[in-house]
Amino acid sequence: MPDVLRGVKIAATAVREVARGLNMTFRSMFEKPVTISYPEEKRPVRARFRGRHDLNRYENGLEKCIGCALCAAACPADAIFVEAGENTDEQRFSPGERYARVYEINMLRCIFCGYCEDACPTEAIVLGDNYELSFTDRRNAIYTKEMLLKPVPAGGQPTPQTTPPGVYTRSVPAMNNPSD
Amino acid sequence: MSKQVNLTIDNQAVTAAEGALIVDAAKKVGINIPVFCYHPKLEPAGMCRMCLVEIGRPVIDRATGAPVMEGGKPKLQFGPKLETSCTTPVSEGMVVITNSEKVKAARKDVVEFLLTSHPLDCPVCDKGGECPLQNLTLAHGPATSRFLFNEKNHNAKHVPLGDLIYLDRERCIQCGRCVRFQEKIAGDPVIGFYNRGRQMEIVTFSEPGFDSYFSGNTTDICPVGALTSADFRFGARPWEMKATASICTHCAVGCNLAFNVRREVGGKNGSPSKGGIVIKRALPRQNEAVNELWICDKGRFAYQYSESPTRLATPLVRKDGELTPASWDVALEYAAEGLLGESKPGQAKDLLVIGSGRLANEDLFTLRKLAEGAGGQAALYSQSGGGDLLAQVGAAPGTNLASLGKGSVILVVASDLHEEAPIWFLRVKQAAERGATLIVAAGRPTRLDRYAKYVIRYAYGEEAQIVAALGDSPRRAELVEAAKPAAAAKPAAAAKLVEAAKPAAAAKTVEAAKPAAAARLVEAAEAFGKAENALVFFGSDGLGQSGAQSVAQACAQLLAATRHVGRPNNGLIPVWGRANEQGGWELGLKAANLQTALQASTTAYIVAADPYGDDPSLPAPSFLVVQELFLTETARRADVVFPAQAFTERDGSFTSGERRVQRYYPATPALADCRPDYAISAELGQHLGLKLEGRSAAAIFAQIATEIPAYKGLTYRRLAETTNATAIGAAKDPRDAEERRCADLYYSGAGYENTQGLGVQLPLQTLSPALSKPAAAPAAQLSKTGLLAVPVTQLYDLGQTVLPSALLRQRIGEAWVGVNPADAAEAGIEAGAAPAAIVQVVLPGKPEWRAAARIDERTPRGVLLIPRSMGLPLNAPLPGASIRPVVRRDSQEAASQQPA
Ligand code: SF4
Ligand code: SF4
Ligand code: SF4
Ligand code: SF4
Ligand code: FES
Repeated sequence: MPDVLRGVKIAATAVREVARGLNMTFRSMFEKPVTISYPEEKRPVRARFRGRHDLNRYENGLEKCIGCALCAAACPADAIFVEAGENTDEQRFSPGERYARVYEINMLRCIFCGYCEDACPTEAIVLGDNYELSFTDRRNAIYTKEMLLKPVPAGGQPTPQTTPPGVYTRSVPAMNNPSD
Repeated sequence: MSKQVNLTIDNQAVTAAEGALIVDAAKKVGINIPVFCYHPKLEPAGMCRMCLVEIGRPVIDRATGAPVMEGGKPKLQFGPKLETSCTTPVSEGMVVITNSEKVKAARKDVVEFLLTSHPLDCPVCDKGGECPLQNLTLAHGPATSRFLFNEKNHNAKHVPLGDLIYLDRERCIQCGRCVRFQEKIAGDPVIGFYNRGRQMEIVTFSEPGFDSYFSGNTTDICPVGALTSADFRFGARPWEMKATASICTHCAVGCNLAFNVRREVGGKNGSPSKGGIVIKRALPRQNEAVNELWICDKGRFAYQYSESPTRLATPLVRKDGELTPASWDVALEYAAEGLLGESKPGQAKDLLVIGSGRLANEDLFTLRKLAEGAGGQAALYSQSGGGDLLAQVGAAPGTNLASLGKGSVILVVASDLHEEAPIWFLRVKQAAERGATLIVAAGRPTRLDRYAKYVIRYAYGEEAQIVAALGDSPRRAELVEAAKPAAAAKPAAAAKLVEAAKPAAAAKTVEAAKPAAAARLVEAAEAFGKAENALVFFGSDGLGQSGAQSVAQACAQLLAATRHVGRPNNGLIPVWGRANEQGGWELGLKAANLQTALQASTTAYIVAADPYGDDPSLPAPSFLVVQELFLTETARRADVVFPAQAFTERDGSFTSGERRVQRYYPATPALADCRPDYAISAELGQHLGLKLEGRSAAAIFAQIATEIPAYKGLTYRRLAETTNATAIGAAKDPRDAEERRCADLYYSGAGYENTQGLGVQLPLQTLSPALSKPAAAPAAQLSKTGLLAVPVTQLYDLGQTVLPSALLRQRIGEAWVGVNPADAAEAGIEAGAAPAAIVQVVLPGKPEWRAAARIDERTPRGVLLIPRSMGLPLNAPLPGASIRPVVRRDSQEAASQQPA
């Protein structure tokens, strides 16, 4: 007797469990799908998303980056390479005396931690929204300054610019009293 | 040993030499008092107040002179204010407190003051990362400032002080290190303070700006990024670079360098580096026995030749009259065939091998082996001579210019040290200031005269006699006799003009002062004879090979006669023109007369020398193999050219004029297909049928150590040894991070530490008896017809290793010739014209040459000074010269633009 009883019990459990599972299946068949048809369709990223970097410009078109390499020093993945050059008023890339002659980020190394953004004294490097980074060649993963720089804003001039002497003498924007 | 005093610093008992400064005494026991303006090599100035400490001194009972006791301990009296530890010497029983709240508060305030107008430049500042102001602000400064931000002083940020050094006025903290360095150490007070208080700024008052051979050192000792060098400005951040130990190749001093290198995409100077390692800057590497903490600007900037785009990159072989690129195998094969000619393998009989002092010991040794094996002759390419004497009378091991002071004599003969070996100039000057008696014997006024006790003037050609007179009293007596007014008519004696150093007017009244001048020579000779230690420097001012040889001989005899040989701080130091000429002599190469040597040989193998550039009239061998960095005039005439590696790309060792063997290391990868000199020579040797070691510099050095007695027992490892004793303030262990940080605070620079080797001085041989006997000095042989053209050395010349440096090229200036006003007037040349008059220099048997005339009293009457390597090949004094005025410069320039 106990054998028969046990058999019935098992069968009932099986039926119940299958019904529960199918219930879930049938329910979700009529739900709105969560997937999107990437790449035709793209989802907006969150406010603090960290994607591919951008190099910012000032409104007049001068580059914010002053080639200080602090981002490269902060980078835990050693993904950034900076080589500085010297500005003149005839050939000005950024305010002050120093600019980034070479600026490269190896996106295969980058872990999108955002430390570079934290280290930057001029808010030149920021992690943007772009997450579409795929390469068929390792070398393509190295983003140069030209690829990273934002377009010149309306009303601005492309770099290098010719600027009047004595205007852009400071690399880091003049600081106001922090207690103000 | 000087008197020691006992004191207490932060409850630690300290013993220090009397007169030591508190800051140094504290450093000895590992207590780092922060400093800005103090520098261990400079006189303290007390300008920045960062080093304030509390000082208590025992109260002394006036009646008994004994300390007043209180509770069993001496009673202390603390000053009402803090005192600067960098200006206060230690005294017995002193108690110093460096970490009280009062001291900490003072430091905080000092930093706050310093930062009131300091710009927010750390991200772009070249000092950032190795900046004492950054470090000390973090360690001692306040996190906030009470000053108003908009009341900051804003000053000029881009002030070129000269071609080499740039100033940022905002960053300067007015510590005065740079000004004190130029004034006290370099003896070149060309920069100074202007204005006072917050308006105080650094200015230069020389024309051209910051005109000093030592200017680069100020960028090292500046505790902030106010002074930057044109070479390194914005070049890299300090933490991105690696340091490689090297040795300067530009003169016989052998300054220790550190090259800072990093990977670059776009190399400077148009160098071919694309993602390769490049040199970013050259820094001095501390070696207290050689260059202390300093290097000259040539050493700092001229390395750029090694990365010049005009370097040879592949072997060249002459095909149909043209030099065409070839593979190494083809080139070596072709060269060996040409050198062997008809003779059987291993028998290149008439082969002349020439190597220069630009090569390492290993290269020169291999060259000698090659020449010997092939039955040819090996020569050292040198305009100087006398190197064979140095194995006996050279500077003895343990010689250190820094330990010369009272009781020592330094004699400088025929050398303008400031131009020929700037760091020796600086150290000799300092020895004189410490009390050493400096005797300068030269044919014309030199910069060292200022520091000399005795200045001896001779006529060019009589150098050896003057030296002999210093050691030989009968000859001196004769001189004095000759100088007596009655005998003044003797023309030979009239030439022996000896003038007193200090009164400048003496030069004008030479005739009247002659007896006094002769008496000075006697005095100088006595001082030399009596001195406890004596060092003699001989250079090549106005000398050729044979002249230098006889001067060296006379110096050696003088030293032997006065027993100044074989002891530390005694001996003869040659001021060679190249870094390793001494090595050449030690390894058995001799300077040869190239005219006759080339005449006698049918084939030649010339390495790292440009004899045809220096003298186009030399006879040409029938087959010429050249090994070089550049396509020089000699290389252009070659049948085969091998591209060699620059010293920055390989390792090796040099032997300095003080006979110190020092090792250098590769800093950058080799350019293209270039190979090290020793390897090329060894392979060429193999093609000639000889067995030569060429696998590595270390293997060759091991061979040198077994075969050359002077180098016996030396190994690369021994050359790489360092001791802690050289560190200033005796850092306990320079490898300790804490110690390194404190060294940084002192010197503010990354390259000072010497962890890669101090080098070893070679032992001397016993004196041969021949040298002990005074020999008759050869009489002057220079004929008296016409003007006497003499070669002199100028630090920045048109040499192969200077020209490619864009920075130094602008400092070279135009070709010049030194003329005495009287001679100029005779030739009808207008003195004082601006721009200087151009003259045509006519030398017998030489091409005509035009140069700007430098007409002043510094050139003796009847003499033309011709700078070496400035266009006119002159290797020895040459009589019969004349000058002619030519059209003025503006019209001449127009003329030179026309096709000739
Ligand atoms: S996000 Fe992080 S890993 Fe990526 S470049 Fe910046 S610092 Fe480096
Ligand atoms: S991005 Fe910012 S941190 Fe990086 S080099 Fe440019 S300025 Fe400096
Ligand atoms: S000198 Fe030092 S503190 Fe001043 S900007 Fe340069 S790195 Fe910063
Ligand atoms: S430039 Fe540098 S070394 Fe000279 S006073 Fe200013 S801070 Fe001192
Ligand atoms: S006052 Fe002592 S270090 Fe400047």
